[in-house]
Amino acid sequence: MSSDECLHDTRAEARRVLGICNACGYCNGFCDLFEASKRRPAATAVDLEHLAHLCHGCRNCLYACQYAPPHAFGVNVPKTLARMRQRSYVERLWPGTWSGWLAAAFRHGVLTASLVSVGAIGLLLWLVWMSVPSEVLFSAHSGVQSGTGAFYRILPWWGMVLIGFLPLGWAMLSIGLSLRRYWRAIAPPGSVSWRALGSALHDVVVMRNLRGGGPGCNDLDDRASHLRRRLHQTLLVGLLLSFAATLAATFQHHVLGWQAPYPLLSAPVLLGTCGGLAMTCAVVGLARLKRREDRSPTDAEARSLDLAFLGLLFLVAVTGLVLLALRATPAMGVLLAVHLGTVLAFFLLLPYSKFVHAGYRLLSLLAEALERAGRQQV
Amino acid sequence: MGAPGATAAAGHDLPEQPDVLVVGGGTAALCAAIAARRGGAGVLLLEQAPRWLRGGNTRHSRNLRIRHEVPTPLSPGCYDRDEFCADLQRATGGSADAALARLLVEHSARSTDWLAAAGVQFQPVASGVLPRSRKTAFLLGGGTAMLNRLYAAAEALGVDIRYSCGVTDLKLERGRLAWVDCASASASTSTSTSTRASERTRLRPRAVVVCCGGAQANRAWLRSRWGDAADGFINRGTPHATGEVLHCLLRDGVRAAGDPDGAYLVAVDARSPADDGGIVTRVRCMPAGIVVDGTGRRIHDEGGDTASTRYALWGRRLADCPGQIAHVILDGQGLRGAPPSLYPPLLADDVDALAAALSIPRAALEKTLAEYNAAVRPPAAGDEDVAGWHTEGLTPPKSRHALPLTEPPFGAYPMRPGITFTYHGVAVDADTRVRLEDGGVVENLFAAGMIMAPNLMPRGYLSGLAMSIGVVFGRLAGEEAARHVVG
Ligand SMILES: Cc1cc2nc3c(=O)[nH]c(=O)nc-3n(C[C@H](O)[C@H](O)[C@H](O)COP(=O)(O)OP(=O)(O)OC[C@H]3O[C@@H](n4cnc5c(N)ncnc54)[C@H](O)[C@@H]3O)c2cc1C
Ligand code: SF4
Ligand code: SF4
Repeated sequence: MSSDECLHDTRAEARRVLGICNACGYCNGFCDLFEASKRRPAATAVDLEHLAHLCHGCRNCLYACQYAPPHAFGVNVPKTLARMRQRSYVERLWPGTWSGWLAAAFRHGVLTASLVSVGAIGLLLWLVWMSVPSEVLFSAHSGVQSGTGAFYRILPWWGMVLIGFLPLGWAMLSIGLSLRRYWRAIAPPGSVSWRALGSALHDVVVMRNLRGGGPGCNDLDDRASHLRRRLHQTLLVGLLLSFAATLAATFQHHVLGWQAPYPLLSAPVLLGTCGGLAMTCAVVGLARLKRREDRSPTDAEARSLDLAFLGLLFLVAVTGLVLLALRATPAMGVLLAVHLGTVLAFFLLLPYSKFVHAGYRLLSLLAEALERAGRQQV
Repeated sequence: MGAPGATAAAGHDLPEQPDVLVVGGGTAALCAAIAARRGGAGVLLLEQAPRWLRGGNTRHSRNLRIRHEVPTPLSPGCYDRDEFCADLQRATGGSADAALARLLVEHSARSTDWLAAAGVQFQPVASGVLPRSRKTAFLLGGGTAMLNRLYAAAEALGVDIRYSCGVTDLKLERGRLAWVDCASASASTSTSTSTRASERTRLRPRAVVVCCGGAQANRAWLRSRWGDAADGFINRGTPHATGEVLHCLLRDGVRAAGDPDGAYLVAVDARSPADDGGIVTRVRCMPAGIVVDGTGRRIHDEGGDTASTRYALWGRRLADCPGQIAHVILDGQGLRGAPPSLYPPLLADDVDALAAALSIPRAALEKTLAEYNAAVRPPAAGDEDVAGWHTEGLTPPKSRHALPLTEPPFGAYPMRPGITFTYHGVAVDADTRVRLEDGGVVENLFAAGMIMAPNLMPRGYLSGLAMSIGVVFGRLAGEEAARHVVG
């Protein structure tokens, strides 16, 4: 089946399923999707995309559905919308030039992530191996104190920048332009108000749509729990802390002129450690949920994309923590290369990973917040 | 969906003499099982449906009627004893059993708390997306979500639950229920009850609570009451409401309650599946158009009914139509305002094409529409309300909302009567013990839910009443059954 046909089928199924939900409405207490769908009876391609990104995949509406498969109506909202999201990630990709190829990255998330990680780690090890004399690479760094630039003896500062910021910059450009196209398609008329933005951010922080209307989500099966929401929030905090650590390090390097490695009680190390630990715990928790969960509400491709992203995050966080712990030992050089390899893979794959869901979801929540404000004014 | 405690192979190793046997798997059954277990009895629950279809018509329900003397997060205002009783007597034409009605009204006030304690979630009014309803409370996610919680609670309490296992026969002897035969179907996904394997087991429970609903899914039974018209009915709910237990009980001398010929019918889309289409099959847009039968003639005033009983009125009218089918016809304007529907309307650019699509004689449909359009009159001067449009000199009239039907495209929803439940059940006393035809009760047999609802509701209906009856009398029956065995 060509990808166009596939997209067509995915849309047709989403239209069919949401049409039944519009007539039923029993699930309208779980999340914003059901009322939003009712307000879009035409269910255009863009409407469906917006609705798909609005769904947080909490799964409640599958277990609550009297029409869930094997019923003749076969209503599976979470799975249908997960498919729609997958298609949307591919369709909105900028630049669209290799989208056929890159679609494969979305389709086979775990495979892509594994190959790219192995490649990136290999590349870094090879670079370091070629450029750093082995006495330096394997010397005990026990004597090396913080602030001496020990890391840069393994890889020069500009090398790190090249590995870090170039792919990251590209990723941000690509994701930014994809999101801009998406926003232009879904934005309600009128300008964005601070209030609406605040409301959308609030929805993200508390993950309101993952509360299942109060009792929580059907994380594993038809029982409700808040575990996934908590883990997801922890992951978000971990990512933000790690990001803050990078900012702090950049600030110390450029503005204060201090050289890494930084002492244990410095801002970058503290932030990075907390962030790394939070990310590791959250990722392990989420992966365990994924392993034990009932698979009927998910789409196989979406699941693979989720697992791939969790895997990447895990690699980055754990190699970072290990590097921190063993930075004064002869293993430091190799560990640094491995860690930077995982970071490189992570950044390279960012536009083709589950990471992008955050942007789409925020924009859909923002569009809903704006519409809500508009309705309240009327 | 593999879930904890899904006990599939039902027929095997059934306890031969359970303390309390609960027959059924909907609201009433779960409430009875939980209450009996909490009362100290061992409980075996037999659900005829496979696991995925567990829970009967409860799966399709949304709200329950509750008394509340003050505003609650679930229902605004208040709904006191007198008003509830008055509503019940009015809806049933004064035929509700007074003692049971008092019990229902009294206990309904505690049912949401009781359900919540068992883990059931309700949707607060503050969610802002519910229809305003002072007299009922809404389940978060509907009946299926509630059932998930109740099954989990029952399992946690140690209720022995068997799916795909239905009661096929039973014996009443000297005021006691002596034995019960049950048969298990192989745990298939088939909705057909006729594929049941012949593995039969005879149980001698110490007490039994029957909560197995009505007989609305039993085609032979419907045909015996309604003749050929029954073939044109669509069963809105579970295909497992087959009424074997009701049949056996009445055969063995139990006193009947309600009306053997009664059925709660609403208008549903004629394209719906024969069973289990649920709430989404309803057709509601009659006031926006005209309703014609297969001969192209209008059958009734489409703008006349406004009360919530209007759905049921149309169900009855459809049952009387030739072939039990009629079509609501809308024009472009009506189509734009139609509520979301399961199936799209059949569309045509002109009346000719529409008649062809509906297999209605063309001339007849054109004549009906022309006469209707010629008879419509705007509201009296100064009245802006479109509801004020009406017909003059037309039989049957259309008393309100009679806008001209002239704007193409034309659309139609074909409709059939959709059966929701039957009004025939077993009589019970205030302890929910099943009563005998010749006086007295069956000492170890209790009934709850739709199988005894005709005591309270021999005709008529109030929204949310069926679920309230299930919760209130399910609990009572479970407690009484436990008391009977535990002492
Ligand atoms: C579409 C639809 C919407 C509805 N909405 C509402 C609503 O919003 N509010 C409301 O109050 N009511 C509603 N109702 C009415 C509904 O019938 C009741 O709410 C409720 O389901 C009655 O509960 P019950 O336990 O008596 O019967 P059911 O829930 O029907 O349960 C009967 C159970 O018995 C089982 N069974 C049948 N025969 C046997 C046997 N021989 N052996 C073993 N098990 C057997 C069935 O499989 C089933 O599990 C609705 C009905 C329909 C069809
Ligand atoms: S998921 Fe099922 S129960 Fe929920 S609104 Fe849709 S059709 Fe209704
Ligand atoms: S957020 Fe949850 S309840 Fe809402 S549509 Fe998605 S899976 Fe269903």
